[in-house]
Amino acid sequence: MQKEKKTVIETSGITKIYSMGGTEVHALAGVDFQVDDGEFVAIIGASGSGKSTLMNIVGCLDYPSKGTYILDGVEVNKLERNALADIRNQKIGFIFQGFNLLARTSALENVELPLLYDRSGNKYNLKKRAREALEIVGLGDRADHHPNELSGGQQQRVAIARALVTDPSLLLADEPTGNLDSKTSVEVFGLFQELNAKGITIVVVTHERDVIHYVKRVVELKDGLLIRDELQTPRSAAEDLERIIAAEIDAENAAENTVVGADESAENLAEDVDEDVTVEIVKETPGGSTQDINELAV
Amino acid sequence: MTASRLLVVATKSILKNKMRTLLTMLGIIIGVGAVIIMVAIGQGAQSRIAEQIQNLGTNMIVITAGTSSSGGVSRGSGSYNRLRVRDAELIAQESILLSGVTPVVTTFTQAVGGTGNWRTLINGVGVDYEYIRALTMFDGSFFNQRDVRQMKKVAVLGWTVAENLFPDGDGVGQQIRLRNVPFTIIGVLNPKGQTASGTDQDDQILAPYTTVQTRLRGRSFISQILVNTSNPNDIPAAEEEIAVLMRESHGLAAWEEDDFTVRNQTELAEAAQGTTEVMTLLLAAIASISLLVGGIGIMNIMLVSVTERTKEIGIRMAVGARGSDVLTQFLIESIVMSVFGGALGVLLGFGGSTLLSRFMGWGTEVAPDIVAIAIIFSAAVGIFFGFYPARKAAALNPIDALRYE
Ligand SMILES: Nc1ncnc2c1ncn2[C@@H]1O[C@H](COP(=O)(O)OP(=O)(O)OP(=O)(O)O)[C@@H](O)[C@H]1O
Ligand SMILES: [Mg+2]
Repeated sequence: MQKEKKTVIETSGITKIYSMGGTEVHALAGVDFQVDDGEFVAIIGASGSGKSTLMNIVGCLDYPSKGTYILDGVEVNKLERNALADIRNQKIGFIFQGFNLLARTSALENVELPLLYDRSGNKYNLKKRAREALEIVGLGDRADHHPNELSGGQQQRVAIARALVTDPSLLLADEPTGNLDSKTSVEVFGLFQELNAKGITIVVVTHERDVIHYVKRVVELKDGLLIRDELQTPRSAAEDLERIIAAEIDAENAAENTVVGADESAENLAEDVDEDVTVEIVKETPGGSTQDINELAV
Repeated sequence: MTASRLLVVATKSILKNKMRTLLTMLGIIIGVGAVIIMVAIGQGAQSRIAEQIQNLGTNMIVITAGTSSSGGVSRGSGSYNRLRVRDAELIAQESILLSGVTPVVTTFTQAVGGTGNWRTLINGVGVDYEYIRALTMFDGSFFNQRDVRQMKKVAVLGWTVAENLFPDGDGVGQQIRLRNVPFTIIGVLNPKGQTASGTDQDDQILAPYTTVQTRLRGRSFISQILVNTSNPNDIPAAEEEIAVLMRESHGLAAWEEDDFTVRNQTELAEAAQGTTEVMTLLLAAIASISLLVGGIGIMNIMLVSVTERTKEIGIRMAVGARGSDVLTQFLIESIVMSVFGGALGVLLGFGGSTLLSRFMGWGTEVAPDIVAIAIIFSAAVGIFFGFYPARKAAALNPIDALRYE
């Protein structure tokens, strides 16, 4: 925060109006939103508050009804379609609320997709790069699986790998953990923190309160307007993850020690205890879930 | 995207949706195949008829009784204006353009001899008949001028008759009885096959017309006169010459209409050709319907896959594909499918035509222009319906394409 940061995203007076059957929906009602290089921002807000709409505009997937949007000093709402396509390809990695993977196409080929449309002229091995991106999200061993052969969390990670494969400077994620359990969510945010540490600017939409501790700044939307914008010191997702894993192991051990009997029932009990622990972590308390995790870990 | 990369993407996409690809191509395959087979049958029939008419004899002119204008049922249909041998004799004597003239006297009777009996057509003809009808001998010889003059009881058998009465091929030199009159077989003709209308040209016995008239018919008029010219260019002039000679022979006054009809082979050919052309056209029409149905099939499959593909287009655009990338990919997909389907259709067409000729004995002839038309049509349908939805989707904002339901 000491040195002058470059502004990556700058929207002023952005509105998005959907008109359907005479009624107008103001999904965005004049949003001024600014993100500097290296920031890690979470956009929160109730369902229907306009989070996805804003993300789509910021991600150059949609045009605003009114207002200007400057990305890296370029007024993108004035650009024509091909230029926007190239920006999406080169600068932005977008993770969709509903994965949006190509069906009947392997994870590797899905990740490879943005590279097919790379017009930068750089020479590289497509397959190798895609494989590396899959390694980053921990799916190196699932490269040949099709989306319907992957779990929700794995599909989400394929989508993340696809967003990362072009080495974008800006990563936009619309509810990247919406379909994941809390542990995997923490994993994903750990990955984001790592990427952010490497200098990638990240904007994440989420409505899960527990994960917003991992970002540096929280912005809240309500009825298409920005109502809150706060800086915070993020928790380390990596450390939390370690604690969760430690807690899991403890719980398992505890179950094994207390139950004397058939192996079968011991296993069942271990599972029960495991679930209880998870619930504890997920449970939202005003004091913040982090405390629970600490208590458990200690 | 480079062209080669686009080709790879398009091919992958085609292979990914094997069912859709197969169904789309099936429409093209069946459409193209059906058109080729149908038209091949029509054209085969047409050229077979042309060949058969040629087979009748070269530069032949046929003179029959009755006016052509009133369909042969002329007012004065008495015996006086029938054709007579003397008409033929007059034409033979006076004509300068004709190279062969023969009267034809026709009757049906039972031929008894050899292994049994056989009801067949007896044609009493002159010696020129062999040359006019371009007949060739399988065995023995045709009768000569002296046989005709002396009303010899000699006969030349058509292939079918010879096969039925003398299956061992030893007919020449033996006797057959026609209306109880014994005839000596002096020759057997080579087979000529069927006429366009399906009559067996080999199911006949030839004998001198003089003999047939006196021994078998007992009437003085004749069925027709066949003549020919040595040069096809002489035919129109020869026809006029014949008309003049016939009017003279029949003693017609200037104001009287012709009581005979002169037709040349070209006219016969045209009449036959006309029918087969109608048939070909009919077959082509049926085939076109199948091509159209194939086209509709392609259209349906393409349109049904639009939703899925619109989403795919949205995804591709979201990760940086330009509209032109998407369009080119879809165009290549469509072209690859159409060309491949078209090629398979051509194979099916050729295969089907060959099978039909081999096992059904139908003459078929694959016309290259029809092949081209069929392929172009189905390719156009495939390309249009593959490309059109893609173009619509590529014009959307990526987010709208992604949301498309
Ligand atoms: N294509 C559209 N046509 C019409 N209205 C739309 C469209 N997309 C969004 N909206 C409306 O715009 C408003 C904002 O939608 P948006 O998807 O941005 O909400 P959100 O904050 O992402 O909600 P959620 O948390 O449920 O994803 C909603 O009221 C929605 O009904
Ligand atoms: Mg949303």
